[in-house]
Amino acid sequence: MTTIDRRAVLRGALGGSVAAAGSVAAPDQAAALARPPKVMPDDAVGILYDSTLCIGCKACMTGCKEANDMPVEVPASLADWNSGTWDTPIDLSGKTLNVIKVYRNGTMAEKDRAIDGFAFVKRHCLHCVDPSCVSVCPVGAMAKDPVTGIVSHDPETCIGCRYCVYGCPFGVPQFDFAGAFGKIAKCEMCSHLQAEDQTPACCDVCPTGASLFGRVDDLQAEAERRLAAAPGTSLSFPRGRLDDRGHPPNQAAVGRYIDAVYGVDEVGGTQVRYLSGVPFHMLGLPDLPARSFAAVSEGIQHTIYQNMIAPLVLLAGLLGFAHRASRRAHDPETAPLGAADGNGNGEGER
Amino acid sequence: MLPDRHEPFKAPLITPFTLILFTVSVIGLYFLVERFVYGLGAVTNLNQGYPWGIWVIADIKIATALGSGGFAVAALIYIFNRYEYHALMRPALLAAVLGYTLGSAAAFIDLGRYWNFYHIVLPDHAQPNSIMFEVALCMLAYTAVLWIEFAPVIADRFGWTKLKRVLRPIMVFFIALGILLPVMHQSSFGSVLLVMGSKLSPLWYSQWLPLYYLITAIAMGFAAVMVEATVASHRFRVPSEQHLLARLAKIVAVLIGLFLLMRLGELWLNDALWHVVAGDRHALMFQIELALFAIGFLVFASPGGRASERWSFIGASALVFATALYRLNAAIIGIEPLDNWSYFPSVPELMVTVGFVALEILLYLILVKLFPVLHTADVPTDNSVKA
Repeated sequence: MTTIDRRAVLRGALGGSVAAAGSVAAPDQAAALARPPKVMPDDAVGILYDSTLCIGCKACMTGCKEANDMPVEVPASLADWNSGTWDTPIDLSGKTLNVIKVYRNGTMAEKDRAIDGFAFVKRHCLHCVDPSCVSVCPVGAMAKDPVTGIVSHDPETCIGCRYCVYGCPFGVPQFDFAGAFGKIAKCEMCSHLQAEDQTPACCDVCPTGASLFGRVDDLQAEAERRLAAAPGTSLSFPRGRLDDRGHPPNQAAVGRYIDAVYGVDEVGGTQVRYLSGVPFHMLGLPDLPARSFAAVSEGIQHTIYQNMIAPLVLLAGLLGFAHRASRRAHDPETAPLGAADGNGNGEGER
Repeated sequence: MLPDRHEPFKAPLITPFTLILFTVSVIGLYFLVERFVYGLGAVTNLNQGYPWGIWVIADIKIATALGSGGFAVAALIYIFNRYEYHALMRPALLAAVLGYTLGSAAAFIDLGRYWNFYHIVLPDHAQPNSIMFEVALCMLAYTAVLWIEFAPVIADRFGWTKLKRVLRPIMVFFIALGILLPVMHQSSFGSVLLVMGSKLSPLWYSQWLPLYYLITAIAMGFAAVMVEATVASHRFRVPSEQHLLARLAKIVAVLIGLFLLMRLGELWLNDALWHVVAGDRHALMFQIELALFAIGFLVFASPGGRASERWSFIGASALVFATALYRLNAAIIGIEPLDNWSYFPSVPELMVTVGFVALEILLYLILVKLFPVLHTADVPTDNSVKA
């Protein structure tokens, strides 16, 4: 497990004020040019991850590797004591689509506490409602399913430009730089299992219900039910999936939640939502504005290039000017850029 | 037919300097082979926090900005009807042809799945929401246009009068296209960063990024032309074009003045000026960038600076470095990664970039000796004697 330590704590201290003052505020001023936000499909599916229920067993990581046929990963820093039989990824990578990380602070005495505590977080694609990766991909290798809302990737189409890696606000798509024929890796919510009416592997194997699959609207209602319950009281937590095909529920004490669901508003909403006992940015979930950066980027670009009118008008104007200039210059070659320019000084021609 | 005022520069092709350039290019080529055999990870320090490195920024964004002299001078001559600048046209055009051809090559070698590169031009893969899509198509189209614009030079060399006759009536169209396309993709190089949002420091993130990139492309294009012209006049002992460069400098001063005013004004309006003095790495890089722009602006804003060949050379060089640093800052150094990622190019990675630069200079030196690129004025100035 990797530590989200110094940087996360630093963000805790500075995060709010710095973000509000600069990086988050600036794009919001582009609101006038941003295109309208995208709307989540009615039957969009997603995952609710409840950090307070997670025990850090990493069964979801194993389940993910098996379901998606991903290779074992041994980071260089762990190679000394791990000969390659034990899968020990420390973060998302070209070989790892899902990873459990831990927030640690001080004595780590208590779970889900920001000071002198620790907390788990599960990182994978959040399946944005208005995804940057889909917006930026120059060849349409990233696609959002119009029914389920799942963001998928087609390596046969991908040219490997890595703009999706660059642009993702969550740092999700990963390019495998090792080997001559790398490709992008990202969670596709086990769409191949869903096609067979099965549950995404990480949710299916989760023993506590920390990862729960379902319709996003239902998951949101479930999240709000948990937030409404009194901390410490006993509550029944569904496991696997929200509908009647889930595993028997887990009876557990309600955690002390931060009173918010991460993913409702962030960059136009995400289909993976988070509940946590510590502030979300400490878990590496960045503070983000409600507007998708894709909406800003596309809005400005399409304002400039609307129906190609501006470029065509500019071209027409340039043609007119260039034609006039080439005539006035009395260039024997109709001035193919100064070719055979008999008229060295065009000063008098203006 | 009137006598041609462009001539191949008469000098030996192989000199100690070209041999050095050749050697450096070959070293770069060696690491390029490694890149294709062992993959990007084996040669570069790219990582998930910095998926774009020096190849994307230096070999594409900066190299093409250097080549922007091609369209900037063309715009002066053909749009603003300043035919007197035509002496600068062919050298600038050659720099553009090389900058864009090698820039396109650099884009190809940086693609992680280069064997699929042709998807970018297939209609069923077209993704018009992607700024990269527009940039790629524009760059490819402009590279082709540049070769067409350069064709008369090649035709002159081999006496292909028929080709020149065919090109003559349509050349105006390519001249216009040759200004439109770089205006489009140079500004879009800035738009590419719009999606970065909070991952980019507020020192560089702005909704005006496309305009900033366009202004700096034009300014850098002129600055590069000034540097090239000065170096050429000294190295090749051809007459100085300082009287023309002084006029260019005035335009550059206005552009850079506007650019600085907008950027600082925007930071002020966003209450983000304190980032400039925050004392961190981003602040330092911004200060260096600002200082370089300021040197260029101050030199070119003063009549004395514009008139002096030495000061103009210093000012133009400062602006070339300023724009290069601006593009590095806005696309890589200014990133605020989500995790503890860091990036500095590896030695092989740097050698590929250095190799590209060496190859570009080498090809320039060879081509001006083989093709009628450099302008030979009828009246030699005292400069030709001095050099």
